[in-house]
Amino acid sequence: MQVTLKIFRYNPETDKKPHYETYKVEAEPTDRVLDLLEKVKGEQDGTLTFRRSCAHGVCGSDAMRINGMNRLACKVLVKDLGTDHITIEPLLGLPTVKDLVVDMEPFFEHYRSVKPFFINNDPPPQKERLQSPEERARFDDTTKCILCAACTTSCPSFWLDGQYVGPAAIVNAHRFIFDSRDQGAEERLKILADQFGVFRCHTIFNCTLACPREIQITKAIGEVRKAIATGRLD
Amino acid sequence: MKTHQYDVVVVGAGGAGLMAALYASRRARTAVISKLYPTRSHTGAAQGGIGAALGNMEEDHPEWHTYDTVKGSDYLGDQDAIEFMCYQAPEIVYELEHMGLPFSRTPEGLIAQRPFGGHTNNVTGKPVRRACYAADRTGHMILQTLYQQGIKHGLTFFDEFQMLDLIMVNGRAAGVVALEIATGEIHIFHAKAVILATGGWGRVWEITSNAFTLSGDGAAIVLRKGLPLQDMEFYQFHPTGIYKLGILITEGVRGEGGVLINDKGERFMDRYAPTVKDLASRDVVSRAIYIEIREGRGINGQRYVYLDVRPETVNKYAALDGRTRPDGSPYVVTAEELLAKLPDIIDFCRTYLGIDPVTEPIPVQPTAHYAMGGIPTNIKAEVLADEKGTVVPGLYAAGETACVSVHGANRLGTNSLLDIVVFGKQAGIHAAEYAQGADFEPLPADAADFARSQLEAIRNSKGNERIADIAAEMKRVMMDHVGVFRTEEGMQQALEKIRELKARFKHLHIDDRGKIFNTELLTAWELSNLLDLAEVTTVSALARKESRGAHSREDYPKRDDQNWLKHTLAWMRENGQIELRYKPVVITKYQPKERVY
Ligand SMILES: Cc1cc2nc3c(=O)[nH]c(=O)nc-3n(C[C@H](O)[C@H](O)[C@H](O)COP(=O)(O)OP(=O)(O)OC[C@H]3O[C@@H](n4cnc5c(N)ncnc54)[C@H](O)[C@@H]3O)c2cc1C
Ligand code: FES
Repeated sequence: MQVTLKIFRYNPETDKKPHYETYKVEAEPTDRVLDLLEKVKGEQDGTLTFRRSCAHGVCGSDAMRINGMNRLACKVLVKDLGTDHITIEPLLGLPTVKDLVVDMEPFFEHYRSVKPFFINNDPPPQKERLQSPEERARFDDTTKCILCAACTTSCPSFWLDGQYVGPAAIVNAHRFIFDSRDQGAEERLKILADQFGVFRCHTIFNCTLACPREIQITKAIGEVRKAIATGRLD
Repeated sequence: MKTHQYDVVVVGAGGAGLMAALYASRRARTAVISKLYPTRSHTGAAQGGIGAALGNMEEDHPEWHTYDTVKGSDYLGDQDAIEFMCYQAPEIVYELEHMGLPFSRTPEGLIAQRPFGGHTNNVTGKPVRRACYAADRTGHMILQTLYQQGIKHGLTFFDEFQMLDLIMVNGRAAGVVALEIATGEIHIFHAKAVILATGGWGRVWEITSNAFTLSGDGAAIVLRKGLPLQDMEFYQFHPTGIYKLGILITEGVRGEGGVLINDKGERFMDRYAPTVKDLASRDVVSRAIYIEIREGRGINGQRYVYLDVRPETVNKYAALDGRTRPDGSPYVVTAEELLAKLPDIIDFCRTYLGIDPVTEPIPVQPTAHYAMGGIPTNIKAEVLADEKGTVVPGLYAAGETACVSVHGANRLGTNSLLDIVVFGKQAGIHAAEYAQGADFEPLPADAADFARSQLEAIRNSKGNERIADIAAEMKRVMMDHVGVFRTEEGMQQALEKIRELKARFKHLHIDDRGKIFNTELLTAWELSNLLDLAEVTTVSALARKESRGAHSREDYPKRDDQNWLKHTLAWMRENGQIELRYKPVVITKYQPKERVY
């Protein structure tokens, strides 16, 4: 089949402002959108710029807006879109560097701000710290995050104010707050109780819909809020 | 041009690079340069597990792990290094757990373990549960955990900086030339010690489990610096990649009881590996699949077979094999258990194939997966300059780009994640120690000239050869002739093709001549690395007139210990000629014998 791609283009070295470029490519219904971007770059226009690495939805490089939805280009097949017209744009809420590449630094800054690392100041045992399968399951969902930024950049609260830590940072805090081995919950909850923390979330669910790993983000945010409100982690 | 100074510069932020940096930074000013954001490294794609004889599920010993790895390597692995790695394994897995790594758990709360190809109980010969796992996301958890530790300890990262060249002064490593991708600016990192942890080069082949960015940059740079690469002919094809896409389906699927089935509905591994069957080592299983396909037993005569992990199939063959649970009860699985243990695999199949592996079998074919060869190192991760073991002062390598050699002619599953953390740690410790006792070599004035000229040659190229076309032709010919099975004639053809492509590479058609985020330029530069590595692989493979591990020659089908129980070292000389020399394998406890599974 033939597919028409309408792609957001902006090269700060040559363009005063962004514009859209249209390309036609031959595609199989089972092609990934990333395959089509590669095709355009390889066969028609080498200047088209985007990030990609793993090509199967595990590294988080190629989150972008595909027909208006935040998606990983490598995890959407042409047939999933139900149309032969595909519009591709960079993520919203982060500065565009070139074409589909955005500046990830503000995103990672928020991520780092929630202490996304294991805290346990007791001397470790000789072998593993014990954890029951149930305790392990408690935070399984939020261990899946690949930091692609699809959630944070789909969030109207984040668009409104980039100082909001955003769903991805909360997800990564949740991963440790509910880990039975971790001792840093209190510090993290304090950070997230701040004016730019969890209470900016208006449960709009965009993040949950955008997550390519199907993490129940809104639920995770709710659990963190509850922990702040009740001071308990159950 | 900006210049930075650090005691230790680590290139690469996958498992190996991060582990190296965590250790180096304890004692030396350390910077990490990575062309990808660290969490996008391909370590994150690893699924099945990390090997360590913890004995959490049943009896196991580091000694058994050592023997299995030696045997798996088809006796080409260096036994001192293998023993070192396997004995370090339990401690380093506990270390990862102490860093917070969320392993899956046994009912008792211990780290859960599953069987993997080639890992056995040395007494019974039956599969042993040695692979420590976190569902089918073990690599993701390792990568995230190490990066989290990097943040905790305030590591200095230069993200999206791509190394283009290594600076050598008086035979010592003195730094790195890198491109800041966002600006196109060249930076020099002046260092006392450099650790290369740039990963593999699966993108040489058409069907691969490897990321777009796995272009072997570090190995190719070392080669261009006049240093050798070791055992490049040994490249592993994983038996189960998704048909046509190459996306990996972990061996853990067979560990959980999945079986390979041909067009006749036969579980054909019975015939090739009567004892461990579907859990034979990867070279054996990949060859079996190729033979089935060649003899017309691919599904519908096509180039794939089925990997069947439907509960009814799993339970049927588990009963036939007499497989039991740790408590002695018969092994029976349900769809829910499979979902819990293999969530990502099931997701990949649904997304890319539109099938549900719990109700339908998965079409698979062998996929280019892992480089056993690479930059020669010793156990301290010091890079070696020749067949005598001369150390290159200040230069270290670890991870898939290095060749210690712990994998020899064929790597066992779960041993790479182990390798990257064990030898990443060694690299960090020894590089820091070296840096403490060394001075900075003065930088030459022209340190960045070579890298700059390489980039400018591409940027100003005025030909009409498409990067994508050259890449596609290379991948095709390497897949056909330097893949699972090899012959003199086929490899000669491949070599001629690679040389033709290298000539055509000088006449690229380039659209993007800008500086900011110029990925066309970098893709072309990466292709030049792949071409060099493809050539070295082919020349090394042509010379080795025997079959061993992943190097399987139809014209020399037998292993030949008399003549070939030795490592290959390949140099690329200034005139472009490749020179081969050899060095002996370190054999301590285990004399080579025939390898049967
Ligand atoms: C799909 C898949 C599943 C696997 N499953 C398992 C498993 O279950 N068990 C197991 O033991 N092994 C497994 N492996 C193998 C194992 O994951 C890899 O061999 C290992 O993770 C490699 O780690 P690394 O740190 O050496 O390299 P990588 O993780 O690939 O990292 C390379 C790093 O180098 C950087 N880099 C590269 N070039 C440059 C440059 N020019 N300049 C700057 N930076 C650069 C990249 O940015 C990246 O950070 C699997 C492999 C694949 C592909
Ligand atoms: S390229 Fe890795 S997530 Fe898409």
